[in-house]
Amino acid sequence: MRVLMFGWEFPPQISGGLGTACYGLTQALVQEGIDVLFVVPKLMGDEPDNGSKLLSASNVGIRQVVSTDTEEQHFTRFKHFLKEGSFTTLEVPSTLSAYNMAHLQEPVHALAHWNYPVNVAETSVESKTHVTQSSTGSLYSFKGGYGPQLIEEVFRYAQVASEIATSEEFDIIHAHDWMTYPAAIAAKRLSGKPMVVHVHATEFDRAGKQGSEMVYTIEREGLDEADKIVAVSQWTKRILVERYDIAANKIEVVHNGVIPEEKPIPEVKQTLGSHVVTFLGRITYQKGPEYFVEAAEKVLNLFPDAHFIMAGSGDFMPQIIEKVARLKLSSRFHFTGFLKKDEIDQVLASTSVYVMPSVSEPFGITPLEAIQRNVPIIISNQSGVSEVMHHALKVDFWDTEALSQAICSVLHYGSLSRELKRNAGKAIDTITWEKAAQRLNNLYYELTSNINPN
Amino acid sequence: MNSPATSTQTNSNEQHLVLYFQVHQPRRLNKINFFSIGTHPEYFDDKLNREIIQRVAKDCYLPANALLLDLIRKHPQIKACFSISGVALAQFEEYVPEVLESFRALAQTGNVEFLCETNCHSLASLISADEFQTQVFEHAENIYRHLGVRPAVFRNTELIYSNAIGTQIANMGFKGMITDGVDRVLGKRSTFQLYHHPENSNFKLLLRSNRLSDDIAFRYVQGNAVLSAERYANWLNNMPVTEPVITLGMDYETFGEHYKKTSGIFDFMKGILTKVAKDRKFRFSTPSEVIGLVNSNQALDIDGAISWADERKDLSAWLGNDMQRDAFDMTKSLEASVKRTANTALLNTWRALQTSDHFYYMCTKKLNDGDVHSYFSHYPSPYEAFINYMNVMSDFVIRVKAASAQAELTEAAKQNEYERQHPQVPFWAERKSAEIRQEVFVSH
Repeated sequence: MRVLMFGWEFPPQISGGLGTACYGLTQALVQEGIDVLFVVPKLMGDEPDNGSKLLSASNVGIRQVVSTDTEEQHFTRFKHFLKEGSFTTLEVPSTLSAYNMAHLQEPVHALAHWNYPVNVAETSVESKTHVTQSSTGSLYSFKGGYGPQLIEEVFRYAQVASEIATSEEFDIIHAHDWMTYPAAIAAKRLSGKPMVVHVHATEFDRAGKQGSEMVYTIEREGLDEADKIVAVSQWTKRILVERYDIAANKIEVVHNGVIPEEKPIPEVKQTLGSHVVTFLGRITYQKGPEYFVEAAEKVLNLFPDAHFIMAGSGDFMPQIIEKVARLKLSSRFHFTGFLKKDEIDQVLASTSVYVMPSVSEPFGITPLEAIQRNVPIIISNQSGVSEVMHHALKVDFWDTEALSQAICSVLHYGSLSRELKRNAGKAIDTITWEKAAQRLNNLYYELTSNINPN
Repeated sequence: MNSPATSTQTNSNEQHLVLYFQVHQPRRLNKINFFSIGTHPEYFDDKLNREIIQRVAKDCYLPANALLLDLIRKHPQIKACFSISGVALAQFEEYVPEVLESFRALAQTGNVEFLCETNCHSLASLISADEFQTQVFEHAENIYRHLGVRPAVFRNTELIYSNAIGTQIANMGFKGMITDGVDRVLGKRSTFQLYHHPENSNFKLLLRSNRLSDDIAFRYVQGNAVLSAERYANWLNNMPVTEPVITLGMDYETFGEHYKKTSGIFDFMKGILTKVAKDRKFRFSTPSEVIGLVNSNQALDIDGAISWADERKDLSAWLGNDMQRDAFDMTKSLEASVKRTANTALLNTWRALQTSDHFYYMCTKKLNDGDVHSYFSHYPSPYEAFINYMNVMSDFVIRVKAASAQAELTEAAKQNEYERQHPQVPFWAERKSAEIRQEVFVSH
């Protein structure tokens, strides 16, 4: 079984859960005996070798690129082109302004809604399109990441996909999140192979009802084209059914796994005291940071010595800082900004309780990482992780009363904190990528052998 | 009061079938906010308790009792025993008195024995001998008051048993106890014999067959199939004649509540009782009758506590994790201070908070057992159960402290008054006045 897999990130070039998930999943699939051909926009050369074949989209020549259309025309023509299979080499105009949509032209704001943090260094790079001539055609130099050229790259990526689809042998197509759906559709049309789309997040999670119409359209198209949809949780499945009108029986829920942590828990370097409550994630609409602040205010009434760490950055950061200041809680709040892995470990080492009040969290890997660091967790019911981790306190994200009580309880009742840690620590060993890979392996088999269980 | 134990001659070849049904409904707690600790909110969710007990009465207690009464009238050889917790009795009295009425009707047949237990279905046997005895006698009184019979056999909460508990119960005047036939204490010995206490051969132990009991209580429905009365009767009839006592013990709620009427559970009950009554291989007996009729040949030495719960049949369902032990220790530690207040309301609340269910809800054992625990719990998780209980306890501690302070004040006032009326005379002055009296007396 050979899978042509389209991803957008791969370690170490990751900015969020997607890269980690793709890494864990492909590693486990290879263990299952699956041959994975993984396509990513840009390879840096320091990706870990996990046995799957990594293919950088940058190294694949493009023999046709469309010119300045409106995005609608582009889409139509793109599809049309694929159907005809007519290949022509065109030079890419350097000012590819086809995606002249206002909200996409405000990169930092719009993109901060993505499920992945915006790499500041990349967004600042001017969005010039680099097209170099090569013997096989023009090589498009992908930036990867989630810069302002994102949509543009998504469609170029799709063109690369058709290249790959004609030159490589594979049995099934598997695409991770909307950025890769056009690529998967292209590959499917050319090869006629079954297509699986794997939904790690939807536009609805990222931005609620304020999402990008464009992204939503791409998502819809991918979901409709797919032969089977894999959702990372029941929560996500529900969103797909309710918000994207997908038939429930087309969706299979395969929960993510977690890669076991081998590094020891670091020594605590500095401590804020015995009552440290931590929010770890992007400070965006999706993650519910304002609920964290409101709960903190209530907790401080009973635990005046408590400290609240908000580790991460995002477009909601200014208003959150203002809110904290308005409530006169600034001396109790610590904004660390975006943290690297060992800094996160440091923060978790001094944390009494981890809180994830997400408004809509398709899965949510960070709470599991907190558990690996022996920290008890409080998570919102609106998360996929709450479906697999039972040794956690769970609240509705909007219920700041319940959230504050949960925080107080963990801070106050030592035996509660100990039992949460102990049981979660044991249970986490059962949340594995092996399980996910086995489910996918079955799914691949069903799709390729024309068995229709429905 | 009937005395069934003496009504029949001993027959050594007889095989006895003991049916023991447990009736219990806890008083579930209100959701108590962490921030309301100290404001003395109402601890018990009596609206929920009323709803549940009314529902279970309708689905289980009333139809099951009616069926049993009917069967006893048709086949007077049918007998059974019940243990009804005091918490359940009190709630029946308050919310569904017709349930009490139906139990009284069963009591009046003389075919049904009522066992004694701790009144609030507690783990008092692990608190103190004094508290344990108080709760046992309280229950015995309640049984007499409601049902007009005096219990003679004891069953401890969740069949918790050890030698030490047996000794205490024997000293309270009971003839014996029912506990679980736990493999690890029996070894190769049979569950189906009557045993006695290692230090007191007059104190008997009936052992519940957990396999045959759970075949009904947990395995009545298997996939799409249900257990048939014929099949079950065959299992019973295959029991070798050398096994004199078969004790089946289960929650009474098995009939109509755990398994709904639509599952055919009442037909099963009717079928099996009628069949056993007609086959006459077994004699239906109450625990008191078994104790009177069957010889016990062996002592059963049970050092560490056993119970009927879960796979492990020990205390781990209630005291198996830090939260449970923390909560239980907190409750236990209040004994002296609550009693010092001599405040009946506080004492009653403290005892109602001892009901074992509160600790059972906090059990985190997952997999097979966890399913059973979550079935019985109205909390989303054991952690919420713990938090809620501890919030209640934290508030209760404040009440107890306030009441003790009040009691101490009262005590101090009494002491003052006593001293005012009985002025203390220093010993030298006392001696002196005695000498003076002596002198006066002598001089006369």
